[in-house]
Amino acid sequence: MSENGTFKPVIVGFLCNWCSYRAADLAGTSRMGYPATLRDIRIMCTGRLDPTFVLRALEKGADGVLIMGCHPGQCHYQEGNYKAIRRFALLKRTLRQFGIEEERVQLHWASAAEGVEFAKTVAKMTEEITALGPLEWSRNWPNEDPHIYAEEAAHE
Amino acid sequence: MSENEKRVGVYVCHCGHNIAGTVDVEHVAEWAYNLPNVIISRDNKFMCASTGQEQIEEDVKEFNLTHVVVASCSPHMHEKTFRNAVERSGLNPYLFEMANIREHASWVHPDDQDGATSKAKALVSAAVHRVLHHEELTPMQVEIRPEVLIVGGGVAGIQAALEVAEAGHHVYLVEREPSIGGHMAQLDKTFPTLDCSACILTPKMFDAGSHPNITLLTYAEVEQVDGYVGNFTVRVRKKAKMVHEDLCTGCGTCWEKCPKKVIDTVFESGLGYRKAIYRPFPQAVPKYPVIDVETCIYYDTGKCRACEKFCPTDAIDFEMQDEIVNLEVGNIIVATGYDLFDPRRIPQYGYGRHENVFTSMEFERLVNAAGPSDGRVVLRDGETTPQSVAIIHCVGSRDKNYNGHCSAICCMYSLKFAHLVKERTEAEVYNFYIDMRTIAKGYEEFYDRVLEEGAHFIRGKVSEITDATHASEEEGKLVVVAEDTLIGKQRRVPVDMVILAVAMEPRADAEEVAHRFGIGCGDTGFFTERHPKLDPVATVTEGVYIAGACQGPKDIPDAVAQGSAAAARVLSVISQREVALEPVRATIDEEHCSGCRICNTMCPYHAIDFIEADSVSRVNPALCKGCGTCVAACPSQVISGAHFTFDQLIAEIDGIMVDVNIDEPLVAAEMV
Repeated sequence: MSENGTFKPVIVGFLCNWCSYRAADLAGTSRMGYPATLRDIRIMCTGRLDPTFVLRALEKGADGVLIMGCHPGQCHYQEGNYKAIRRFALLKRTLRQFGIEEERVQLHWASAAEGVEFAKTVAKMTEEITALGPLEWSRNWPNEDPHIYAEEAAHE
Repeated sequence: MSENEKRVGVYVCHCGHNIAGTVDVEHVAEWAYNLPNVIISRDNKFMCASTGQEQIEEDVKEFNLTHVVVASCSPHMHEKTFRNAVERSGLNPYLFEMANIREHASWVHPDDQDGATSKAKALVSAAVHRVLHHEELTPMQVEIRPEVLIVGGGVAGIQAALEVAEAGHHVYLVEREPSIGGHMAQLDKTFPTLDCSACILTPKMFDAGSHPNITLLTYAEVEQVDGYVGNFTVRVRKKAKMVHEDLCTGCGTCWEKCPKKVIDTVFESGLGYRKAIYRPFPQAVPKYPVIDVETCIYYDTGKCRACEKFCPTDAIDFEMQDEIVNLEVGNIIVATGYDLFDPRRIPQYGYGRHENVFTSMEFERLVNAAGPSDGRVVLRDGETTPQSVAIIHCVGSRDKNYNGHCSAICCMYSLKFAHLVKERTEAEVYNFYIDMRTIAKGYEEFYDRVLEEGAHFIRGKVSEITDATHASEEEGKLVVVAEDTLIGKQRRVPVDMVILAVAMEPRADAEEVAHRFGIGCGDTGFFTERHPKLDPVATVTEGVYIAGACQGPKDIPDAVAQGSAAAARVLSVISQREVALEPVRATIDEEHCSGCRICNTMCPYHAIDFIEADSVSRVNPALCKGCGTCVAACPSQVISGAHFTFDQLIAEIDGIMVDVNIDEPLVAAEMV
């Protein structure tokens, strides 16, 4: 989103209910400021994160996606964050093939006590995405071309 | 209900100035009118107040609302409050969504009002889009088992156990050591009243040991916890005591005859001895000894068995194995206590190098009439009475190198030590403190008393305890070096004895234990309560409570109060007989399940079974905890996670990506 020529990224956050969402709450109650770039969505566990969600957020115009969960070994559901790590590795490969920079989709950990770390993570990621500039992913898609739809329709 | 029959009410809370001071609340409410299906959108000073809640109830009736969104604080704060309001209005409480515009917006972007307002709009939009996909859900009612597990037999655990047992419910009290009693059993006097610690604790220990509603599981540890509030299954390992308690009379012949003397590093803090077969202290509950297989001669050489020979009741059994006990309980209270800071980590204080540097617990044992020196204040040689004693406060506390936190009890026990030294010797006492913290009833008065008794107080953090002398009066002494910050001078105080007031720390295995019980540790490492002010003994896991020093440093009265508080919470749950479980559960559309079984192995709770007959997988709703891992994993996308469905989350993403700069934010025209 450009205002007065300065680029302010929009980062969609997926925060697990038990650790990182509470870390964000703690950052709030402790009044630890960070840039207003993150728009967060609460999920019960990073294990719930369907990679589709990440792609959807980028498709809808997000400049970055931040996934945060409990520290490895401390998942409220025992091992959901390990599932997230595995899916994230695959997702990164997909994103690379789409030409999306590494920094745009990040996976981090914050325990419920780590409000400071949470705020720092958002600030750092904001800096990185700001340096990269807007993604405008869907705008670069070629399939605005009506012929593609026509072809698809022909196959059906 | 078709899409256009849905009628959403949006309520944007000012929270006084907490939100309205940063977010343009009126603008957000006005803007939210343009979101799909929004019928009414209001701002309100305090949504959580009764007037705010009544507003929702009135509007639902007046405008026939079908869904409600409240933009205010964290759902961890008030989701329940508003769900109840929505339920009172006649709607299903799950047709509600919250947008967190306080913790996640106004409080973190105080210098960016536009940014905070934009973010609030995005979060409100996300909630509106999401709520349109919400379904009516009914919490699952489960019966509460009345049995309670209490982990840790210190004073907090004992207190909780007695409260629950007295109310008529069965308690399993699990303790790692051979006896209950915890740290308090080691102490001599308790501040500020100077009650004899054993005299006030042992009757409680005895009551706990003999209560018909309390089963003691000493020398035992919880290995695994499964289930959920009302229905936990707990696996406890009872370590082999090598003594049959049903035969043993606790007569003591075995430890008298045992030829193996061992330094007692636990109860006597290394100052005294016990035998390889031992009872930790005379008032131990239960009164039966255990054989320490690490030090027993028989387990080392295959010979001895003296205890067995002399036991009049044949209670000794060298072949005894660990026993696994599975308990079924409805609620759990974790009261696992604390560890003391090891002052070897501060080498300049010379603990372990200078023999007359003591830890506070060593001193407790020295002044205890039942301790290794029969209560005489003596140096480590066991004979010499010190002429001067230094007490160093904040050893490992309030120090960024070790623990940032204040251990809460050290000032007071240091004052108690000063009093006891004065009472029992002619010695001069020097307290080296940073700040004196005497904050509870009777504490400041005790401080005054110790001042009047002539103890010296030097305000300064000790830099070094050394035997390198600078002057003749320092010969043969330990020199405590500190800057006296009140006079602005370096002080060297030669003393005979130094006591280090060591910090209270989380148990070394606190993280592991926290994970086992599904609770969290804060940044100091102590267990985290659900709310630091309003819910101090509950945890994020329903049915698991915490009490005592495992939650944070505290003294005996506070630990006892928390023990009672946790018991009261448990009793209130038990008396409800049933508890409603969050209906956040996974279900499988069996018609479309391909039977691939990927979800079976994904589930950390083994809640998904493969039904051979139908070639489909099925979720056991009682075991499912709603994490959603299977939902994300299902390749056919036929597992639905209630309240976190694919549609709901996609709608939330679409809603959150609203263009906040245009008035008609119709982003999600394409509803999934």
